[in-house]
Amino acid sequence: MPAHDTESGERAHTGAPPVAPPQPTDPDVDLHVPAQRDELTHTPVRLLGTIAAGGALGGLARYGLSVAFPHPPGGFPWVTFGINVAGSFLLAVLMVLITERLTAHPLVRPFLGVGVLGGFTTFSTSIVDTQQLVAAGAARTALLYLAGTLCCALAAAYVGVVATRRVAVR
Amino acid sequence: MTVLLVVLGAAVGAPLRYLLDRTVQARHDSAFPWGTFTVNLIGSYLLGALVGGAHATPGPVTALLGTGLCGALTTYSTFSYETLRLLTTRARGLAVLNVLASVAGGLGAAYAGLVTATAIWS
Repeated sequence: MPAHDTESGERAHTGAPPVAPPQPTDPDVDLHVPAQRDELTHTPVRLLGTIAAGGALGGLARYGLSVAFPHPPGGFPWVTFGINVAGSFLLAVLMVLITERLTAHPLVRPFLGVGVLGGFTTFSTSIVDTQQLVAAGAARTALLYLAGTLCCALAAAYVGVVATRRVAVR
Repeated sequence: MTVLLVVLGAAVGAPLRYLLDRTVQARHDSAFPWGTFTVNLIGSYLLGALVGGAHATPGPVTALLGTGLCGALTTYSTFSYETLRLLTTRARGLAVLNVLASVAGGLGAAYAGLVTATAIWS
């Protein structure tokens, strides 16, 4: 059991050296992974440029979908819901592929994970959507949207992990 | 024009999330995803302020900072993945804490943003 996976939330001070986790917890960047700890100092411009390009693409896709399928005030924000659930599924697929199945180029995670999917999905919009629904007097829709996004996004991530492990043979 | 502002905002928001996440992690060596938690709260506060002051904020500013910057600065996919990782690594308490703190903190931050915007623009 890697020390940083313990329930305490702190590295266990057992005297034993901390064991490196096999997979990162934070898919954006996890400083427990030596390669990710050093990536910013190696090629900062290329790394941040790659993330920016991915973020631009993800943000563009999100904006395009929100223009194509606008939701009325007080209505269920289906587009943001769909974006966050789909993005959670895709990030789980990506993480299994690059941490367990393939030896990916070092810029694949920054581009697709941090950039495209991070730029595509949005926590702030889902929160402010909820707030707006409450303000519009649609408290039930707000609660349904908040809990629905949470449950479906978590389920999508779980399905993404399990399905990718089954489908992608090592 | 609007689409370019969204793209520009997102191109800044995504690397900013990466840098903030790193900075927070460098200070908190913990299994709790403080980095993502922090960027999601900051983004919720900013977006709450922008939407709260929408009547006074020009459309292009909302596109650049709201849809673009806040949208890309915050992330739902990373939040879901981290929560799932905590659930499957026997850190269920942290997973539940992450969900509750992120949702409650995000809503609180968005309301704080709304209050700030109201105080500034009224």
